[in-house]
Amino acid sequence: MTCLTIWRGCMISGRSIFSFLLAPLAMTETLESPLALVAELTHRCPLHCVYCSNPLELTSRATELSTEEWSRVFHEASELGVLQADFTGGEPLARTDIIELVHSARAAKLYVSLISSGLPLDEGKLGRLVLAGLDHFQLSFQGARAETANEISGTNTHLAKLRVLDWLKQHRIGVTLNFVIHRKNIHELEEMLLIVEEHAPGCVEFASVQYYGYGLANREKLLPTRAQLDRCVKILTEAEQRLRGKTRVVFVVPDYYARYPKPCVGGWGRKLMLISPDGVVLPCHAASVIPRMRFENVKKRSLRGIWEDSDSFRAFRGQQWMEEPCKSCDRREVDFGGCRCQAFLLTGDRAATDPVCSLAPARGNVDRILRELEETKNRVATDSIGWVYRKNPA
Amino acid sequence: MKPELSAVPRLAPGVRLNEKSQKERILLMPERALKLLGPSLEIVVRCDGKHTVEQIAEALQKLYSKAEPQRITDDLLDYLARLHDQRAIDF
Repeated sequence: MTCLTIWRGCMISGRSIFSFLLAPLAMTETLESPLALVAELTHRCPLHCVYCSNPLELTSRATELSTEEWSRVFHEASELGVLQADFTGGEPLARTDIIELVHSARAAKLYVSLISSGLPLDEGKLGRLVLAGLDHFQLSFQGARAETANEISGTNTHLAKLRVLDWLKQHRIGVTLNFVIHRKNIHELEEMLLIVEEHAPGCVEFASVQYYGYGLANREKLLPTRAQLDRCVKILTEAEQRLRGKTRVVFVVPDYYARYPKPCVGGWGRKLMLISPDGVVLPCHAASVIPRMRFENVKKRSLRGIWEDSDSFRAFRGQQWMEEPCKSCDRREVDFGGCRCQAFLLTGDRAATDPVCSLAPARGNVDRILRELEETKNRVATDSIGWVYRKNPA
Repeated sequence: MKPELSAVPRLAPGVRLNEKSQKERILLMPERALKLLGPSLEIVVRCDGKHTVEQIAEALQKLYSKAEPQRITDDLLDYLARLHDQRAIDF
């Protein structure tokens, strides 16, 4: 399951995850090390979530990197200065060598997170993952009620996830619950919080769907209304106070409603590298939607070479590529012009200011989408449109 | 939440220090990392489930003997409260 917060971005207070305590990049434009390696181990997944951020073109099992290739990548990442490896997918547990992969990332001195649907898993395997060095388990939920969660994931998996939550209590590792929220489940927020309070994980993320991949294909049914968002902010602000010292509450805002864009992935080529199942290295999940850009592969070049010297990672690093109003904006080192993928998807220009920004020339495109939602929200029309479910690769 | 002087802080689940051999000491936690320098490192290495807050304060007062002892204790309590809110430590 693929719903990472690091690339999306911000907490209620608007701070990006990694600006939390690590020093920001110096204005002198010295190239620093990436902090996180997102390893998409496979695109196979038992779930079919309607907002999956995987690309619509999934990578087949036959082209996935081998255990040895991943192990080399983890060591190269560690030497480059990467601190954390986030195992995701698809579903990372779908890899039969997952325990070996955790072990080799940990042996490379990385902090290892599993970003998972919790399936397929049993108690014994969880114990072996922890023994292999797993630091943190992020478990996804598609709703608070089984019927909602099952509709969104296109499977009957909600109860199995609750069981995983019980097993996790037997281990001293970090646990994050991740609820991806949208128009069809945001009304279950209080019930989601009951699950959180019962299980007391170290962190809970309420991550609004972002509109890439399948999320974009289902946007008409997923985008929350303004009233839903206002209610959500109120509930989560109270929850943040109530749970302080027990569970950290992270809220990823639906950025169509934001005043300024998210500092996507902490800036293109500044903090994060993502490796797709077949070894292609991307600055973020969605980057492959951007046309005329050649992304390199770890099978052909070292991670350091790609980080420091590839055309793709250099394309939107620094400020030279920026157009107005970003180029002269005071916030250009805060949000880095926003998300390049969203700029391309909503304007056709990959160097445009992210159109969710209130200062963007193309903000009208986003306002039009929100206006259409408000005009049609009371009609049943959108309920009769079917979901586009995530498929599985060959 | 500030700890009592008798509390015994320890790192929260999923939180650990990187290895001593690495050039910078960093506290690793879910999706975040905290660079530790000087006093912050001296505090975090003592959040091991064995030292009370009072003992940590005494150790810091020895290390930073030019500073006023009460000031050190106050700063320590503030820092531990922040780490606790961020779910980096339990006490």
